[in-house]
Amino acid sequence: MTARAQFDADIDAALADAPLQRALADVPAGFVAGRRRAREELPEFEPLRRVGRDIRDHALAHLDLYLEAFEGNATKAGSRVHWAASGDDACRIVLDICRAAGARTITKSKSMVSEEIELRERLQDAEFDVVETDLGEYLVQIRNEKPSHIIAPAIHMRAEDVANVFRRQHGHLAADRQLDTPEKMIAEARGILRDKFLAADVGITGANFLVAETGSAIIVTNEGNADLTMSLPKVHVILTSIDKVVPTFNDAWPLLRLLARSATGQAFTAYTTIVTGPRQPTDPDGPEQCHIVLLDNGRTELLASEMRSVLRCIRCGACMNHCPVYCSIGGHAYNSVYPGPIGAALSPALAGAGQAAHLAEASTFCGRCEQVCPVEIPLVSVMRQWRSLALEQPRSRRARLMLHAWARLAQHPRIYRWCAGIAARSLKWLAGSGARIRRLPFLHAWTDYRDLAAPQGGTFQQQWAQRDRKRAQRDRADVSAARARKSDSAP
Amino acid sequence: MPSEATCAEAVAERIAHPLQHWPLRSIRADEPAGVSKQALIGRFKAQLGRLGADLIEVGSVAEIPAALANYVAANVADDAAGLARIRMGSDAFLAALPWSSTSGLEIATGKAEAADVIGVSRAIAGVAETGTLVLVSGADNPVTLGYLPETHIVVLEAGAIVASYEEAMQSVLVATGGRMPRTVNLITGASRTGDIGGKIVMGAHGPRRVAVVLWAA
Ligand code: SF4
Repeated sequence: MTARAQFDADIDAALADAPLQRALADVPAGFVAGRRRAREELPEFEPLRRVGRDIRDHALAHLDLYLEAFEGNATKAGSRVHWAASGDDACRIVLDICRAAGARTITKSKSMVSEEIELRERLQDAEFDVVETDLGEYLVQIRNEKPSHIIAPAIHMRAEDVANVFRRQHGHLAADRQLDTPEKMIAEARGILRDKFLAADVGITGANFLVAETGSAIIVTNEGNADLTMSLPKVHVILTSIDKVVPTFNDAWPLLRLLARSATGQAFTAYTTIVTGPRQPTDPDGPEQCHIVLLDNGRTELLASEMRSVLRCIRCGACMNHCPVYCSIGGHAYNSVYPGPIGAALSPALAGAGQAAHLAEASTFCGRCEQVCPVEIPLVSVMRQWRSLALEQPRSRRARLMLHAWARLAQHPRIYRWCAGIAARSLKWLAGSGARIRRLPFLHAWTDYRDLAAPQGGTFQQQWAQRDRKRAQRDRADVSAARARKSDSAP
Repeated sequence: MPSEATCAEAVAERIAHPLQHWPLRSIRADEPAGVSKQALIGRFKAQLGRLGADLIEVGSVAEIPAALANYVAANVADDAAGLARIRMGSDAFLAALPWSSTSGLEIATGKAEAADVIGVSRAIAGVAETGTLVLVSGADNPVTLGYLPETHIVVLEAGAIVASYEEAMQSVLVATGGRMPRTVNLITGASRTGDIGGKIVMGAHGPRRVAVVLWAA
């Protein structure tokens, strides 16, 4: 099956998945409400988005120089910087670090870059005991799934799903224990993961931002798991991508002000940690080594393209929370590391247009994503560009014929009007006395999941012409009324 | 197209002289000299309350040990001997507090151990904007004290409360003599997660409870 056909099949499955639909009903809506509140509380929120956009654009325009400055300062601070052109390279670098450290247990905090390169799977293949420590990511790991949201990986699970997998996975605990509240389940996970934190030889985290000024990484979590991951083992590996660099701390703060507000609606994430190198001579805790692995994986090409603005992304997830398509099908159906609008805009650049350009078709182009994006990425026009690129790819004969027919029609207004009139009349006939059509012949893909509103009155063009006629009449009436008044008031 | 040399100069200049992006109008309330310290402290306390952190206010340095002991007695279960063990680093300010004036506390020093229940640290600054505590790693305040124990108690001087993260970063560099510590930890409330059913629950991995001892001379 092609990626495209798979996508269609997965969308059907997601729409028919009742538990998934229940899970999707609440959580994204909670994020949306949280963001709205946070935005209302900060009067400068909208100007701040433009500041955020400009900071990211400036950094991307001089990315090479800022990366050089970052490398220089990070090295001075005692970190080792590694460059990885591909996901494969990055995995190899991390594997080598873990082997050199003689590691057995590896803790990991959430990192979308690591999902992109399937690092956990690679480390597990090499027989390391790897544990995700972000709770949502841990749930995804023990259920052998992929994250379905970039900030809430387990958003597709309900509490009962978690209880079930805990009973299966944590077989050494009493079978009759109670797991009926999130609190009890979180306490159980805390205990299990605490042991892993203490046993870990290497801790792997991502980074939200890199600061060229000092060679520091900024890492945010709400659980504090990244801090335990980086501070307890002997070796800390920061795996991130080259687009994350900003010039100075002053450039990072506005972005951090936007990040949590856009993501969860918090004013600031609970733990924001600035890491600069390994343990210092008098430090009693912290790792002995700090490695920073910087992944390219298609980003340099994206930087050179017209779609560069996609690299502004700070991975807040707001675009998916506000996307009617994401909220209907969830993240898994996209079958892409980054789902939702940012996935449709970014994944084709990382995975190759042939693999992911069809994602851009899963959009109504309603534009809510760009209205909320904290760095004003023009997501709709980027998706439109991927759509036009996808057109150049081979498609089915039927699709080609339809598109040609449509193009003809659109170029011949008279025939178009005539066809639209016929269509409106037949739809009205199909609807009978009702206002909605339950089932359309040939186009049941539309009516399987929703009704089609029956046309009221004529076609758009007929109504527009009518409106013009009415307006002309009104204008004429106004003119004669004015004339009449004028002659009345004449001396 | 600017030349490579001018780009390099622009980049070097931007790093040497960071831009001030943020006028902080909503916090500074348009007053030319900035808001008063009292207003900043008020905002800090209000934000802390919204985060669900506890606030212990004391009027002098000498009162800190007793206030801390009372809080511990009321909120954290004692061991069998009626002693609550707190762990702290070698911070000179904390070490100089009159601990002998209070009973019921047993003080251990050094980095956090797995069995520790209460960690005590001193913050360099507080950020009024969001009720954020700013700590730096090192022997004085080992970073693990804020993450392993279930209760984290942070001592903060009211005068160290500043408006923004930008200013807090200046406080950090003043305290460290311009050196970046391994970590600067900005802590905004206790450890939390919303990963099970979307409900926010405290104490995911780090502290379930954060208390701030706010002292003013
Ligand atoms: S594209 Fe914008 S809204 Fe979407 S995750 Fe990135 S920064 Fe957030």
